[in-house]
Amino acid sequence: MHAKRASTRVMAAGTAVKPMTAESAEEIAAREFVRVVESHRPQIFRFLLASTRDLDLAETLTQECFLKAHRNWGRFRGESSAMTWLMRIAINLQKDHWRNRRMQFWRHTRVNSVDLDEASEWLPSGERTAEQQMLARERVQQVWKAMQGLSERQRTVFLLRYVEDQELSEIASSTGLSEGTVKAHLSRALGKVRAELREKS
Amino acid sequence: MSWKKKTADETISSSPIDPGIDPEMGSEIDPVLAQALQDFRAHAHAWGEAVYSRPQAQVQAERSVWRPALAWALGCVLVAGGLSGAVYERHERAAMAARLALEAREVQQRQLAAQQRAADEDLLATVDSDISRDVPAAMEPLAQLMDEDAAQ
Repeated sequence: MHAKRASTRVMAAGTAVKPMTAESAEEIAAREFVRVVESHRPQIFRFLLASTRDLDLAETLTQECFLKAHRNWGRFRGESSAMTWLMRIAINLQKDHWRNRRMQFWRHTRVNSVDLDEASEWLPSGERTAEQQMLARERVQQVWKAMQGLSERQRTVFLLRYVEDQELSEIASSTGLSEGTVKAHLSRALGKVRAELREKS
Repeated sequence: MSWKKKTADETISSSPIDPGIDPEMGSEIDPVLAQALQDFRAHAHAWGEAVYSRPQAQVQAERSVWRPALAWALGCVLVAGGLSGAVYERHERAAMAARLALEAREVQQRQLAAQQRAADEDLLATVDSDISRDVPAAMEPLAQLMDEDAAQ
C-alpha cells in the first residue's frame, strides 16, 4: 500500500516523475520507520516506565509496541501524529498486559516493580541544595503514592498530560476518549494528588 | 501549549515556582501542586532517560545473571521433586505389596496349620478308636497268663 502511494507521487508542476520501484518505496518506508523509532522510542519507553514502574515490563512493552507499529506501518495514514498513533498502541498493549495478568491470578504481579523510595531517587541535580533535593524527593514520593490510588485511565491521562505534556486533544486521540472525559479523569487525578499532598503537609 | 510553561520555565530550577493555570484544564494549580507536578515530571524524565540510556550490554548482563540461574534452580527443584516423588511412590508401593504378600502368606500358613491340626486330630481319633476296639481282645491271653503266675 505504501509502495503504491510512493509510486504514484506526482511533482507540483503536474509532471509525473519516474515511477519508483517497489524496492525503493519499501526502502523509503523503512527509513521513515527507523526515524520514527529513533525519535519516539525514548518517550514511549518513559511513559510505559512511569505507568508500570517496572523496567523489564516497560522494555518488553516498548519492543512490542514498535514491533506492532512496524507490522502496521503500511496502514498508518498519518491522520494523527506518529506519536499519538504509537501512544495508542502502547496504551492498548499495556491494557492487554494487565488484563492478562488479572486472568493469570496465580502469577505475582509487579514482580520487578521498582520500590517507591528507589524510584524517587531519580531527580535531576540541577542547582538545588541537598534540602531542596530531599523535599523534591518527598513530593515525588507523594505523587507516586497518589498515583497508586488512581484508576488505570486516570493514571494514563495524568501521565500523558503532566509528564508527556500532551494536549487534551492529543490525549483524547491516544486514549480513544472524548476531550470531556479526558478532562474529567484529569480533574479527578489532580484532586487525588492534591489531597495526598495536603494530607502530608 | 505546555502546562508547565505557565507554571515554571525550568523544571529542574531550584527557584520558587509561581502558581499557574493549566491552560488546557482552565483550572488554577496551587503552588504546592505545581511544584509537585514539576518535580514529578523532572523525576520521570530523569529516570526514563537514565534507564533508557543504560548500556544494553549491562541490561543483558543483569538479565543473563539471575534469570538463567533462577530458571535452572527452579528446573532442578522441579526435577528433584519429581524424581523424589516417583521414588517415594515406588518405595511405598513396594512396601505395601510386601506387607500384603506377608499377610497373605501368614493367612495361608494359618489355614494350613489349622488343616494340619484337624487332620492330626482326625488321625488320633481314628487310632484311639481302633485301639480301644482291638487291643483288649488281643491282650486277653496275656492277661490270663499274668493271672496264673500270680496264683502260683
